[in-house]
Amino acid sequence: MSLLAFSDFHLAFWSIAVGCVCGVACALLGCFLVLKRMSLLCDAVGHGMLPGIAIVVLLTGTLSSFVLFVGAMVFGVLTAFLAQSLSRFGTVSEDSALGIVFTSLFAVGVVLLSRFLGHIDLDPGCVFYGLFEFVPTKTFILFDVEIPETFSPTLRELIATLVEVPEAFPTMLTALVITIVFVALFWKELQLAAFDPELASAMGYNAQLLHYLLVALVAACSVAAFEAVGVVVVLAMFIVPAATAQMLADRMRPMLLWAAAVAVVAAVVGYWLASPWVFACNVGGMIATVLGAELLLAVLFAPRHGVLAKLVRNFRLTLRIAGEEILAILYRARENQTRVDTFVLKDHGLSRFTIWLALVRLQRQGAIERGASGWQLTDTGAQQAESLVRAHRLWEAFLGENFELPLDHLHAPASRVEHFLGPELQKQLAEQLHEPSKDPHGKQIPPVHEPQMHSDKST
Amino acid sequence: MIFWDWGSLYNVFVVLAGVSLLAASAGAIGCFAVLRRRALTGDALAHGALPGLCLAFLIAGERSLPILLLGALASGAAGIGVIALLRRWTRIKEDAAIGIVLSVFFGSGVALMSIIQNWPGGSRARLESFILGKTAGMVRQDVYVIAGLAGLTLVVVLLLYKEFKLVAFDPSFARVQGWPDFWLDFLLMLLVALAVVVGLPAVGVLLMAALLIIPAAAARFWTERLGIMLILSAAFGVLAGVAGTLVSTFLEKIPTGPSIILAGSLLFGVSLLFAPKRGWLARRRENARQRHAARQRRFLSVLYDATEPALPHCVPVPLAQLQAEPAWTTRQLTKLLEDAQRKQWIEREGDTLRLTPRGLEHAGQTARNERLWKLYLEEYTDQAVAQLQTDLPLLESVAEPAVIDALARKLKLE
Repeated sequence: MSLLAFSDFHLAFWSIAVGCVCGVACALLGCFLVLKRMSLLCDAVGHGMLPGIAIVVLLTGTLSSFVLFVGAMVFGVLTAFLAQSLSRFGTVSEDSALGIVFTSLFAVGVVLLSRFLGHIDLDPGCVFYGLFEFVPTKTFILFDVEIPETFSPTLRELIATLVEVPEAFPTMLTALVITIVFVALFWKELQLAAFDPELASAMGYNAQLLHYLLVALVAACSVAAFEAVGVVVVLAMFIVPAATAQMLADRMRPMLLWAAAVAVVAAVVGYWLASPWVFACNVGGMIATVLGAELLLAVLFAPRHGVLAKLVRNFRLTLRIAGEEILAILYRARENQTRVDTFVLKDHGLSRFTIWLALVRLQRQGAIERGASGWQLTDTGAQQAESLVRAHRLWEAFLGENFELPLDHLHAPASRVEHFLGPELQKQLAEQLHEPSKDPHGKQIPPVHEPQMHSDKST
Repeated sequence: MIFWDWGSLYNVFVVLAGVSLLAASAGAIGCFAVLRRRALTGDALAHGALPGLCLAFLIAGERSLPILLLGALASGAAGIGVIALLRRWTRIKEDAAIGIVLSVFFGSGVALMSIIQNWPGGSRARLESFILGKTAGMVRQDVYVIAGLAGLTLVVVLLLYKEFKLVAFDPSFARVQGWPDFWLDFLLMLLVALAVVVGLPAVGVLLMAALLIIPAAAARFWTERLGIMLILSAAFGVLAGVAGTLVSTFLEKIPTGPSIILAGSLLFGVSLLFAPKRGWLARRRENARQRHAARQRRFLSVLYDATEPALPHCVPVPLAQLQAEPAWTTRQLTKLLEDAQRKQWIEREGDTLRLTPRGLEHAGQTARNERLWKLYLEEYTDQAVAQLQTDLPLLESVAEPAVIDALARKLKLE
């Protein structure tokens, strides 16, 4: 252990390294936890392994031994096992069982720590919020090298930093390596268990064994990260990158990569924000905050599953439906020789603003125009409207043919479905109904035109 | 702690009163959370309150308890809101949403707290006591606040008992009946949040979660009635609180929070094992009894089948025939034989045994019932499967007489 003051570079380098290694290990596992809905179990394991740590520290007297892994894994698996047994044999609901087991085990851990380990710098407070700042200050020399004077100062500092490794780092690196090996080895099985556990069991995979292996690894990663960030922030490092990745990716491999990237960004940005020259605060807490911010960004702006993307998609659909409704109204008005000046589409839940926007759009497309006799369809507009009205009346005919519905019950469902009947479906309907020319109300079903409008939305 | 003087004794009483009141109200309100499968939402609330505490301190600039608690309540409620929004608007599932709120809120709280502590005068905020709790440091004002909470909880639960009960057991039915299930649920969570927030400074994040879950889960073992469960749960909470506080007062270096949790776990363990009916031992015994009864029915009908051809004479049945049955092990058979002999159903004669008249009556009845059930299951499968019970009651007690007549006639024909 070195008692020398560490350079800023040394502290920053190793802090970020520690954050990245822990973060990536946790994030990779987290993907499977989130998909398997084990997030809360992960929380419980993180708390429940405390007695294991306390006992190992009690026996060995140090926090950086590899035996710590064993202790944490034993108690992590014990937590999961006890909770499962409680809910299976004790008729306790799953969430209560978890809550009981992990609070109890955690209490045992705290009692052990406070009663027997007052002299070791592992107080209950540190258990909660970690001591990231101290991790890179307890170091050992990896190689005792003589750095030649001829090297440039930057290079010398880099080498000096690299050979003086924090005591906790090898443990964390081991956790990462084990995690990667585990994921690579059980790639197929993990995916199967994550997406279709019944199928996995039916195919003869031991889902139970895989489950406990996963739990043991969660415990191992938690213990590696625990001294640095505390038991609660570890949970953020497991769950949040995975949830963020879930918003961004639809396949397993990209999801893992995204999760790892999110973890690395959080480690770097979190350390920077928590450093003395910005906020000067707890690093673990700041990493969790940055993770939360990353998730927020993903939730809002993710291209496919983000909230904004969803809103835009919904609005586009609303606008399209509004436009089509307007065309249909004008078509019917032309049939009935009535005049249309305003559109009210309350039963479609369309606001006046949406209708106005749809009108503007249709005008720009040249589908409608406003003349002396109110709103009128142009030729292009009439073609689009015909296809829509054809869809509507075909559906009415279909309902009238196949369901015993009174005549006045046909319009409402048809005006919902009409927007989603592409040319292909229209053709099938027409064939099945033997090319009808009139709908149940006796109205003319417009003939087929060359498909223009519906070509992009056959369902 | 040594309390030879009145001052320390008084302190102990204050702490005991505070802990008991808190544990009682948390225990009662926790029942609904546990029944509603929201046990861990309480945990998320407790963690989620931290950033609000810190922000309230930053805004108020001093350690004023009401403002801090208001901040905590607001951020706890925000946490619950975020969980609901994540579930509603994204593909993130509920468990992950709870985990996210719990850890991210707590993490940002920790970061804020460390910023506050670096300020001049910030360390006087003693905000870290909200994480670990300072049970022993409870003062009279705290007890008043807690008593207010307990009173409020009691009043609300008494007023809305029927509605809460409905929402706790069958929320969809409540909705169909036209109850505002969302608002009732919200009110319940608000009560949980209140209990959590009031309890935080006294007992800390973790103990608060435990106080909500453990007494309620323990009480569930002893009763099938909600009212009794509420009272029991409150009582268990008080018991754990008092026992835990006393243990940590008398033993050195045992923090109060964990010792209360462990007292609660002990109570839970006792309930889990020894509670009548729902306890593990009772259910095991009941299971064993049922299996024995099933074997006995099989035993009697095997004997009856062997005796039947020669009726009305009770011919001896060789023991070997019974031993060949796969339904029991040798030891179980020995027990069955002893049991039957004690009830004077059979007589042993060397390697054979014979039904006594009394045994014949029992065996005949059992065999008839079993055959009727078999036919019933074949003929009226859907109905029969729904009525089938492990102890195979007399068919007469479940099926209609007309059905039984029809089945009995059919049985005679065979």
